[in-house]
Amino acid sequence: MSTTKYLFSGFGGQGILFAGKFIAYKGLIDDKQVSWLPSYGPEMRGGTASCSVIVSDEAVGSPIVSAPDVLVAMNLPSLDKYESAVAPGGMIFADSTLIERKVTRDDVKVFYVPATAMASENGFPTLANMIIIGKVLSELGEFDADSINATLAKVISAKHAAMLEVNLKAMSLGAEA
Amino acid sequence: MVVFEKPHALTDAPFHYCPGCTHGIVHRLVAEVIDELGIEGRTIGIAPVGCSVMAYNYFNCDMIEAAHGRAPAVATGVKRADPENHIVFTYQGDGDLASIGMAETVHSAARNENITVIFINNAIYGMTGGQMAPTSLPGQITQTSPYGRDVNHCGYPVKVCEMLSELDGPEYLERVTVNSVKNIKNAKKAILKAFKNQVEGKGFSLVEVLSTCPTNWGMTPADALKWVDEKMIPYYPLGVYKDRSAAKEVEA
Amino acid sequence: MADKVLMKGNEAIAEAAIIAGCRHYFGYPITPQTEIAAYMAKRMPKIGGCFLQAESEIAAINMVYGVASAGLRVMTSSSSPGISLKGEGLSYLAGSDLPSLVVNVQRGGPGLGGIQPSQSDYFQATRAGGHGDFRMIVLAPASVQEMAELTVKGFELADKYRMTSMLLADGTMGQMMEPVELASLKVNAAPEKPWATNGTKMQRAHNITNSLSLVPEELEQLNFARYERYAEIEANETMYEEYLMDDADICIAAFGIAARVSRNAVDEARRQGIKVGMIRPITLWPFPTAPFKAAADHVKSFISVELSMGQMIEDVKLASECRVPVTLCNRAGGMIPTPEQVLDAIVKANNGGER
Repeated sequence: MSTTKYLFSGFGGQGILFAGKFIAYKGLIDDKQVSWLPSYGPEMRGGTASCSVIVSDEAVGSPIVSAPDVLVAMNLPSLDKYESAVAPGGMIFADSTLIERKVTRDDVKVFYVPATAMASENGFPTLANMIIIGKVLSELGEFDADSINATLAKVISAKHAAMLEVNLKAMSLGAEA
Repeated sequence: MVVFEKPHALTDAPFHYCPGCTHGIVHRLVAEVIDELGIEGRTIGIAPVGCSVMAYNYFNCDMIEAAHGRAPAVATGVKRADPENHIVFTYQGDGDLASIGMAETVHSAARNENITVIFINNAIYGMTGGQMAPTSLPGQITQTSPYGRDVNHCGYPVKVCEMLSELDGPEYLERVTVNSVKNIKNAKKAILKAFKNQVEGKGFSLVEVLSTCPTNWGMTPADALKWVDEKMIPYYPLGVYKDRSAAKEVEA
Repeated sequence: MADKVLMKGNEAIAEAAIIAGCRHYFGYPITPQTEIAAYMAKRMPKIGGCFLQAESEIAAINMVYGVASAGLRVMTSSSSPGISLKGEGLSYLAGSDLPSLVVNVQRGGPGLGGIQPSQSDYFQATRAGGHGDFRMIVLAPASVQEMAELTVKGFELADKYRMTSMLLADGTMGQMMEPVELASLKVNAAPEKPWATNGTKMQRAHNITNSLSLVPEELEQLNFARYERYAEIEANETMYEEYLMDDADICIAAFGIAARVSRNAVDEARRQGIKVGMIRPITLWPFPTAPFKAAADHVKSFISVELSMGQMIEDVKLASECRVPVTLCNRAGGMIPTPEQVLDAIVKANNGGER
């Protein structure tokens, strides 16, 4: 039995909710039990956005993630707010383009990915989120092309099919970072 | 030879209205129009809260009793349940339509909801025993304005047709009265038009009928009819306030 | 798996309503349930239905009253402050014996309150949706799949008993996404409604939809008849789920999101060797009295876990006839108890009230 609890956090507009949705959908494709819960309210207008995702072999109880196994922090306020919440032995993925400081805890694994810079350099400035997702999956040992493709097909609507390829490229870049 | 008949769209139930009250006349006009248009089988009427609360007993078509002021919202639901077939009218007094239900009135007009609204304006709350209405005249004595309506204290009457005529939405707004044979004939024409508009899909049609309340006005029925001429019509002039289709024809 | 999609609870309600044959939706925007209106606005025009944004919650519930009078499946949705405004209409719907589905995705109150999840409209839903003697069938989903299933069930029960079904969810349930399978939803078509005010077609006497009854003897009889129907519902439609109750010494009572949180706590307590189980009411009215009464024979105590200052706890006490202690484990104002908080309460209860 295994359960992974994710917390994604960043600015509104960074694709935080989408990143969470991707992970949830991938869980569904992989035949797991999943839940996705966004923060909601005024903060969705340009402030902080965050979402909790749980992927489990068993029925998900509370969908609220207070001690994430995986924290994806895409800006400094998110790291400041959630660093201490991460479960001991958990992982923190930080967008090092936007977060200059280092993680202070030593009981978690930390990955610094300059995702925002990489996204700009590669001509898809809106896909920093997917670069980080690529890194997350690769570190979890879940970077499986079939399931990723199936997930992308679910989360990207048919009329934006062209985006599929680009998203995959972004994720591969992240996986190799 | 039949010289006088009850319209089919009226039931046999005797009206409970006070002597000299004009509700009976307006009920009859509505029923005559329903008969003439042959729409009784697809008409649904909405009764208000007020003296005409039991209008549902008097009309032979299907009837719904609404909460106070909500008749236009209920009518919206019934109309939209089957817009092709349902002919829907509300029958509301001044407290219902212009006070507690003002939002529903204005918004159904703004949406040009394809319904017919019969608005009885008698400048007083009848059923509760003669309190100030949104349409009570300046200086008018009522149970809750015992020294006369003081406009500095509680503001001015609402002129519904004038107010709604500023909206782009409504199709047809006319103010009539039923205090003389001539005026009754004219009111009938307006009510007929308001139903016909709906049958033809033209939209929101409201007929405001200046009416009497001898009981709560403290007058004889004859004096009440005179009071409409002398006091009400000067403040609430009769006439067509909006007729979009007619205006279009003139333009063309 | 193949048919499952991820949907927000709010969206699942909307799509399930459409599947149930609802073609009329009226509402007014309010967080955290506006997705329902947005979904309906998009879908209804494409399937010949009607979405209309009303000028107020009051107008919306009265539009519902109109469509229900005409005999069609119809719904509205809102969140706590908006439901208070609908209270008038809920009472009239009850008084006129009209079926409808009303969704309340609760947020913290009272007053304007906040926008975070809450269960503090329990009393309002189960006791006093409006003035007068009446009940609503209150359904409390605890997963997005159940949001869909209970929406369909809500329409069916409303039609069967000619009354309002209220789906009582909260901000978390409305906003969260979970896998949903809609293809498996079974829908019973609406029954004949000979009482509907949809035009006589000159083939029957006129129908009247009405809640006015000025003769007290008659109004009393109407109330008696309505309560006979309610008794039938209590006998036949009560729903609940039991979790690990067979050998339980302690019983959690929780519905909706509180039950989700409590499940984690129950599992953890069991790992620690504490015999704890849970009864999750699915219908809040009718309240599942029988399982609580039965549990009172073998548990040491009940813990009511709620996102309120303690409302359902009164029903737990009534159902268990206060034979064993009933304690409250709660957060309020938009806060949600954590599994740790519930676990603490379980441990305390297991130690006879001491830590």
